[in-house]
Amino acid sequence: MADLRNKYLRHDKKFPHVWCPGCGIGVVMASLIRAVDSLGIEKDDIVLASGIGCSGRMPVYVDFNTLHTTHGRSLTFATGVKLANPDLKVITVMGDGDATAIGGNHFIHAARRNLDMTAIIINNQIYGMTGGQFSPTTPYGAFATTASYGNVEHAFSISELAVTAGASFVARGTVYHVPQLDRLIEQGIRKTGFSVIEVISNCHVQYGRRNEMGDPVTMLNWMKKSAVSVKSAAGKTEAEMAGRFSIGVLADLDKPNYLEEYDKIRQRAAQNHIRVNEESTEGKC
Amino acid sequence: MAVKDSGRVVLLQGNEAVVEGALAAGCRFFAGYPITPASEISELMSVKLPAVGGTFIQMEDEIASMGAIVGASLAGVKSMTATSGPGFSLMQENLGFACNAEVPCVVVNVMRGGMSTGLPTSPGQGDVMQARWGTHGDHPIIVLAVSSVMDSFTITVQAFNLSEKYRVPVIILSDEIVAHGRESVVLPRPDEVEVVDRITPTVPPEWYIPYEDNSRGVPPMAPFGSGYRHHVTGLVHDTHGFPTEKPKEVGDFMARQFRKVTNGAYEIQMTRRFLLDDAEIAVFAYGSVARAAHRAVLRAREQGIKVGMLQLITLFPFPKRAADAVLRQCRAVLVPEMNIGQISREVKRVNMSAKVLKHNRIDGQGIGPDEIYEELLQM
Ligand code: SF4
Repeated sequence: MADLRNKYLRHDKKFPHVWCPGCGIGVVMASLIRAVDSLGIEKDDIVLASGIGCSGRMPVYVDFNTLHTTHGRSLTFATGVKLANPDLKVITVMGDGDATAIGGNHFIHAARRNLDMTAIIINNQIYGMTGGQFSPTTPYGAFATTASYGNVEHAFSISELAVTAGASFVARGTVYHVPQLDRLIEQGIRKTGFSVIEVISNCHVQYGRRNEMGDPVTMLNWMKKSAVSVKSAAGKTEAEMAGRFSIGVLADLDKPNYLEEYDKIRQRAAQNHIRVNEESTEGKC
Repeated sequence: MAVKDSGRVVLLQGNEAVVEGALAAGCRFFAGYPITPASEISELMSVKLPAVGGTFIQMEDEIASMGAIVGASLAGVKSMTATSGPGFSLMQENLGFACNAEVPCVVVNVMRGGMSTGLPTSPGQGDVMQARWGTHGDHPIIVLAVSSVMDSFTITVQAFNLSEKYRVPVIILSDEIVAHGRESVVLPRPDEVEVVDRITPTVPPEWYIPYEDNSRGVPPMAPFGSGYRHHVTGLVHDTHGFPTEKPKEVGDFMARQFRKVTNGAYEIQMTRRFLLDDAEIAVFAYGSVARAAHRAVLRAREQGIKVGMLQLITLFPFPKRAADAVLRQCRAVLVPEMNIGQISREVKRVNMSAKVLKHNRIDGQGIGPDEIYEELLQM
């Protein structure tokens, strides 16, 4: 890893990083670096975009073209980048609040649109940077600074949302199952179309501390205990899966991706094959 | 439907002329979300952009549209979006990002009447201050107003040029009357259109300091993927693009933002003078109202009233220099607007001696020549 560290990190003046000791985000960053390295993608060809939050700081540390956007909007910026230069490998890293609360609309539409990009969503079930408020993935009954009496909202599953919205590749991993995580990110980047890798991560500081998992080891043990492979999860009942989650590849589809489709539009447009009503610009409300 | 007939007379709508201007200026990416009275810009872009190898995308909302054009511009492609009042509000956060990260892009706001959802197909000029101050934080920005179909072409070209030259987002304010009005115009041939492109770095990548100051205050901009890896953020950043909170670095950054636009004031601040040489009273107008004011001024002249007009094309930075000369010369100035007086307040702010009068309509109706003429008779 030392070599990779020297190769991929912005070691001059960007460290120490802002993350708490033991935070899972660093593990995800290392997995991403190993995935990129094993795929042999040039640093110049990668754009790493993020939104706001603890995970949003990752682009500062990695020596790619990096883009730290507004809260929840990284997929929209990434969409522009990819469409303007399809040769770029566009990867976004988001948190659970970033991707599915404020950015929820962009997330489902990016999945539906199926533009060739990779979205890594670090799910730590809490808003870490702003001080531990509950997020759309905070479990029912869990505690947070805005859920001091226990969370009355229901969490949704990021991966299942992505599958339903139509992403062509969806996988879930954890920061405990690191070799698998490396592979999942690699597969996601390699996939043509919109790919989502949800990573269950630990925010022991903001989530764990309030929910009897106040140190990284306890949280990693919780991941170890709660994660079930996709294959064995398929044979389990809903009751058996209660409080647990599956890890592995949840969807891997081949469907037309936006860039290929848009290229066809360019060809049709060049031959002037349009179906536009001459009056189409009038009488709109 | 507009016909690409460069160098010949064509009958175009204001919105269509915006598209022609954007394409002539080199715009090759458009992201938008439909909203009246701006939708025709999206519709025509969806037809024309793919034909010239560009990209049109209909995003899920205006927030996304604004994000996408910033992303595309960072990857080196001239980009635009178009919307109307409520959509413009949604764009403000990412517009601020474009200011902070100095990303050239053009945003067209075809203003409609009323607040909130307001009057969807009625004219208004209520977004002048939103264009100037809609996003949070102190920031310079360039705001241009179009008053005719021909303006919609030429000012859109200007908007791209200024945006590229100063690395600032440029906002074009149109209004429903200009946007939907049809006029015959002569579009120039592509080779007659002066197009400015952003300056890209020539130093080796290791030497590139993405936000380094220079005499113009506008650093060269390397597109993503060109071998100049750098970091772009909405946080206040140092010259290398990385977040900083050091007062000196923050101060230098902010000062440069304002300095670059102030330095360019002479070419940014565009106005048109009509019959002002001997004028004793003047009308300051912009957008479709400038057309009505022009007619009113001509009629008042026939009655022997020494009146002229200053048409404001640039609204921000406010064209103080041009306004100043008229304000010193005239005893009174009338500012007709389809709002409660957003630009008249700017005029009063820079005024030294003249009497500044307002004429306002906020009932979703355009301001016609007659009512301006009547006001002039009272002055
Ligand atoms: S607050 Fe939580 S998510 Fe943020 S850096 Fe600390 S441990 Fe990690």
